[in-house]
Amino acid sequence: MIFVLEKREAPSPLWRWLSPLLAIALAVLAGAVMFAILGHDPAAALYVYFIEPLTSAWSIEELIVKATPLVMTGAGLAMAYRANVWNIGAEGQLIMGALAGSMIPILTPGWNDPLALLAMLILAAAGGALWGWIPAVLKNRFNANEILTSLMLVYVAQLFLDWLVRGPWRDPKGFNFPKSVTFEGWHVLPAISGRVHLGAILALLAVLILWWMLARMTYGFSVRVMGSAPRAGLFAGFSAQKTTTAAFLLSGALAGLAGISEVSGSIGQLQPSISPGYGFTAIIVAFLGRLSPLGALFAGLLLALTYLGGESAQLALNISDKVAQAFQGILLFFILASDTLVNYRFRRAASREGRT
Amino acid sequence: MTMLQAVLLTIITASTPLLLAAVGELVVERAGVLNLGVEGMMAAGAMAAFAAGHYTGNPWAGVLAGALAGMIMVLPFAFLTQTLATNQVATGLALTLLGLGLSGLLGESFVGQPGVRLPRLHVPGLSDIPFIGPVVFSHDILVYASFALVAAVAWFLFGTRAGLILRAIGVNHAAAHALGYPVIKVRYAAILFGGALAGLAGAYLSLSYTPQWIENMTAGRGWIALALVVFATWRPLRVLGGAYLFGAVWIMGLYVQAAGFGVPSQLLTALPYIVTIVALVIISRNRTLTLTNTPASIGIPFVPDR
Repeated sequence: MIFVLEKREAPSPLWRWLSPLLAIALAVLAGAVMFAILGHDPAAALYVYFIEPLTSAWSIEELIVKATPLVMTGAGLAMAYRANVWNIGAEGQLIMGALAGSMIPILTPGWNDPLALLAMLILAAAGGALWGWIPAVLKNRFNANEILTSLMLVYVAQLFLDWLVRGPWRDPKGFNFPKSVTFEGWHVLPAISGRVHLGAILALLAVLILWWMLARMTYGFSVRVMGSAPRAGLFAGFSAQKTTTAAFLLSGALAGLAGISEVSGSIGQLQPSISPGYGFTAIIVAFLGRLSPLGALFAGLLLALTYLGGESAQLALNISDKVAQAFQGILLFFILASDTLVNYRFRRAASREGRT
Repeated sequence: MTMLQAVLLTIITASTPLLLAAVGELVVERAGVLNLGVEGMMAAGAMAAFAAGHYTGNPWAGVLAGALAGMIMVLPFAFLTQTLATNQVATGLALTLLGLGLSGLLGESFVGQPGVRLPRLHVPGLSDIPFIGPVVFSHDILVYASFALVAAVAWFLFGTRAGLILRAIGVNHAAAHALGYPVIKVRYAAILFGGALAGLAGAYLSLSYTPQWIENMTAGRGWIALALVVFATWRPLRVLGGAYLFGAVWIMGLYVQAAGFGVPSQLLTALPYIVTIVALVIISRNRTLTLTNTPASIGIPFVPDR
């Protein structure tokens, strides 16, 4: 081994800023190699993937639409991961939130006023929070690993949605397609500009509120302490169980809100699949944003670009849009690798007398 | 073949991929590393095995490709967590996302293509025993390999010096390092072994369980394998029992579905995931049992102090 890691005395403030940029640069480079292997001119492919979606008004709108659920969910996950609580079932909480919110247009179609919309949002947040609460309870009461339980609940939520839209919630006038009734009037999140809907404002608000909570409120302080020094947190009187519960409720509620904003603002009805894995991509958003709500805002926009780029690459170059998911995985690897530079520096190993 | 025979036969086929992946992950976790990338490595293994079988027409090439794909996929995880001391939970998730993404991307052209099937062994005499023969002695090699691997891993971990060192590293890496054991090298080896076995589990899916390639055909089996290791409290023989229990649940759902009792099919499909949660709760609430067996260094990055 030629280079060895050496722990920095304090985390490097410079690399805190540089590491996400380095990760993005390396991931783009890896993307170029990937395109070359798939038999495309890397420069042209990169242009189609990363630049072209930013050159027209409609595609910038589309970028914001896709970033909306990612930012909302990612900001919530950032708070959970900060507290060292591993909620990786956001995809399930997103779905359950969407289902809870959709109860109003589907079960009480007559109630169609601004209050109904508000109720949809509240129900969605509650639904997501409730689904997130399950792994928290199982962790606190029975010591069950929250990573595995929250992930298992994603599959359960997906199948529950599938059952609802093919069974009880299928639109009776929908020619047997597995879809719910189309949302109308106040059941739809109002548009701001083109396809951009009120969800984008909600995402922005969520980011600001979380940022404020983290910086100014005791809860935010407890999150930071329990994440970085759990023992000190316990001595200060913070409860590990309450931290876990709060982190799951908060990240679950935001994922649920993202779910209804996607269904009500963008899709307009329930269908067997309502998310191309936003809940999982939001994990990458949280890490690229350095586990900060404000960071999640920028990271969400970038990850939205990878979805959009995937679509435009499929149209222009006939590359499968699955390239987006592969690229997102590569990006997360580079983010984590670059983050090592925040806490460690590389030093050339002087001699080989020490052990490796 | 009777109904009971068919049920038992399919339980064995459903349990094998879980067993292969879980035994691999057990060794990784015993060395003190938590690799949440099993699902991704399994998907990559399934895709690579199908592709190799499809192009060469030789299922053995598929088996080899599956194991190799698992090992190649796990390399960046090993480098990041061991050499760069990154967070293992996040890095494992990255591996799962990358494995599912890459297998979906590279496997797109194989959807709907015919695959090759791993030949079933016919052991003269044994395979002809009434009832037992067709159920137990007429599977392909990977089924028997999974049993052999459980025995080998149990012997290695608890019967050899190297296994003792691996477990010591998993319990206290700082002490093991101070005694002069190569913590990082042992962990690299364990991680690669886990990758190979997850890849084999995937190969079994696409070469034997359903000889075709479908995106996301792993259907959460990698995650269930991870839960199995916890459920088995890091003991190889209990992993065997657990894998067959979960395999039975998986198959039970399919048969009830076919019998059509009016239960929604989605509920039956969800059964293995719900049972996994219940099993985790039952085993984890016994804190003495889990705490005495959990490798104490699991998930904690190790950077040697010079």
